[in-house]
Amino acid sequence: MSTPTRTPTIRTLRLHIDWVACDGRGMCTELLPELLTEDPWGYPAPVRLHGRDPLPPNGIPVQDDLEPQARAAVAACPLMALRLERG
Amino acid sequence: MTALDLSAPDHTTMATRLLLPDATDLLSHDRRHGAVPYRGGPGILIESLESAGLTGRGGAAFPTWRKVASTAAAAGGGHRAAVVIANGAEGEPASSKDAVLLGMAPHLVLDGVQLAAEAVGADRAAVYVEAGPAMTAVMRALAERKGTGRDRVRMQLVEAPTGFVSGEESAAVAAVEGRPALPRTKRRLVTESGVDRRPTLVQNVETLAHVALIARYGSAWFRSAGTATEPGTFLATMGGAVAAPGVAEAPQGILLADLLALAGGPSRRLGAVLVGGYHGAWVPAAALATTPMSRAGLAAFGATPGAGIVWALPASQCPLVAASLIVTYLAGQSARQCGPCLFGLPALAADLARLADPRAAGGLDRLPGQLAALAETITGRGACRHPDGTVRFVHSTLRTFADEVAAHGRGQCLGDHR
Amino acid sequence: MSIDLVSASWYLARGSGVSALVLFTLVVVLGMATRAARPVAGAPRFAVRALHSSAALTAVVFLGLHVVALLFDPYAQLRLVDLVLPFGGAYRPFWLGLGTLALDLVLAIGVSSWLRGRIGPRAWKAVHWTAYAAWPFAVLHGLGTGTDAGTWWLRAVTAACVAAVLGALAWRRSSAFEAARRPTLTRPGRPLQGSSR
Repeated sequence: MSTPTRTPTIRTLRLHIDWVACDGRGMCTELLPELLTEDPWGYPAPVRLHGRDPLPPNGIPVQDDLEPQARAAVAACPLMALRLERG
Repeated sequence: MTALDLSAPDHTTMATRLLLPDATDLLSHDRRHGAVPYRGGPGILIESLESAGLTGRGGAAFPTWRKVASTAAAAGGGHRAAVVIANGAEGEPASSKDAVLLGMAPHLVLDGVQLAAEAVGADRAAVYVEAGPAMTAVMRALAERKGTGRDRVRMQLVEAPTGFVSGEESAAVAAVEGRPALPRTKRRLVTESGVDRRPTLVQNVETLAHVALIARYGSAWFRSAGTATEPGTFLATMGGAVAAPGVAEAPQGILLADLLALAGGPSRRLGAVLVGGYHGAWVPAAALATTPMSRAGLAAFGATPGAGIVWALPASQCPLVAASLIVTYLAGQSARQCGPCLFGLPALAADLARLADPRAAGGLDRLPGQLAALAETITGRGACRHPDGTVRFVHSTLRTFADEVAAHGRGQCLGDHR
Repeated sequence: MSIDLVSASWYLARGSGVSALVLFTLVVVLGMATRAARPVAGAPRFAVRALHSSAALTAVVFLGLHVVALLFDPYAQLRLVDLVLPFGGAYRPFWLGLGTLALDLVLAIGVSSWLRGRIGPRAWKAVHWTAYAAWPFAVLHGLGTGTDAGTWWLRAVTAACVAAVLGALAWRRSSAFEAARRPTLTRPGRPLQGSSR
């Protein structure tokens, strides 16, 4: 019988949108289409892969393999309205 | 639609604690309640608040002791003293409880500010109110207290602009900082970083008045009214089709029918009652006698007591027309900072207006589904919860009045509407 | 025939100067296209922005060549201090000073973009907008100091650059610009499709 090991807490990478700064320029939706799509007025909206899942209140989770694209999206935003945080 | 009658209903109930008729000026307040019962140090008050079970009366019903504790903890580091903001901005046109409370018991509120300031280790406090009777009352009260040595923390009066979102927490913080009173993107909790990046405790004025009473009479006294899980009294603003619209104090958990009776009861046959204000939800008239004004009781309708607003819709008025007017108002009250709200709410209002007109909505049976989908788009995408609250109201409207919606889709309107 | 170093640096200075002007004109036009946030000639918006940044870097390289070549040219009499303090130069000080201003503004824009994360969006935007001053300073500098100022080909190149920027400005300021970016407020929105494209 193996001794139980403590699973390390997984800290997810999350993408935060500053809605006051966002002006719907749309570069993030081009660089991160797996996670972001355009709403009818050009603003980024999370791709709802499972239909009616509620929007996560503390940022959109970003899978680790999408991190480079997410960082590119953050750098590309002309209004610096995106933020990536691990936690 | 607004009830701005500033006089409380003419009766006394066992629940009258805040709206005592004889404790408005400092002398009579002092005679009734005594001096400010300072605890002697930061944090000490928290235990009383926790055992009293007081929750915020500004709408969110967050446990007050927890908010005070986290502000005190954030300030306890020592570097920055905290700030207390008494939020009397009201915001909702259908609410007047903050104005009435400040008019009748300003010193309870200000005592609460001082006690909260002591509890969190604040060196600065602000009272955030709209210009008008409320502000005049606070100015008078502050003048009465000046030089008496009653207050340990300086209290500053800050004007709140008239507007639905000006009572939002981060908007209040911005106003106290001297900036425009608009919601801001929150990177950290206001209790950790608010005014000038200092830990800031924002509490509704009614909550602070309850704090001032709990500090004097204890948590057991506070719990002697209300229910076990939702103790204490609250202020309700009642309007619409009631005989005597105005503000009344009642115990939490009171049945909606009994609450309406405090406002003279319905003046006409009712169709439904809007609970929680314009971001709230509808309760059908048939359920009023059995539904308590409590989180537990209202949950079945997707409603919460919110800031105590109860608005009675007469059966003679088309509920979809009423809802459409409300959503049109809410769309106009956007702070206009965030795209989804700025563009989405007017679109929602336009769709609902089409639905409210049976001649326009006839044949458009996709409209309700389209409305629901549009509402989905707007939720959660903004600096504040204004779009979310509006969407919650729209969902409740579509759910509660599903029959009317279906009828309008067929080009008809139910009921005895003229 | 041998080309001596002095003439070489003189030719390099003039050539890189004109190249820098053309490239900065492209940068300004691409900057407005980036702000427009619309795909251009099939290139997605992030590519337009990337092009704007790349063109800017290239332009700065040519500007650097222009400055270095002039520093090594004895006839230009350019001192290091003339690169930061305008209007104190030996040769055509006013027109040279405009070049100094343009250079300093370009350097400020470059540094502010590099340190964007630290200075915040408002400060970054304020410095970036000085590009609308830097570019005309560069144009006037080219017309005033350059040896080739009177030549037909420099005048033609300058005219083309000015036309490009004025044309882009007119389009940017036109009423059609913002209207095309968003549907009107009263039009009901389409529901989200749910797909990523």
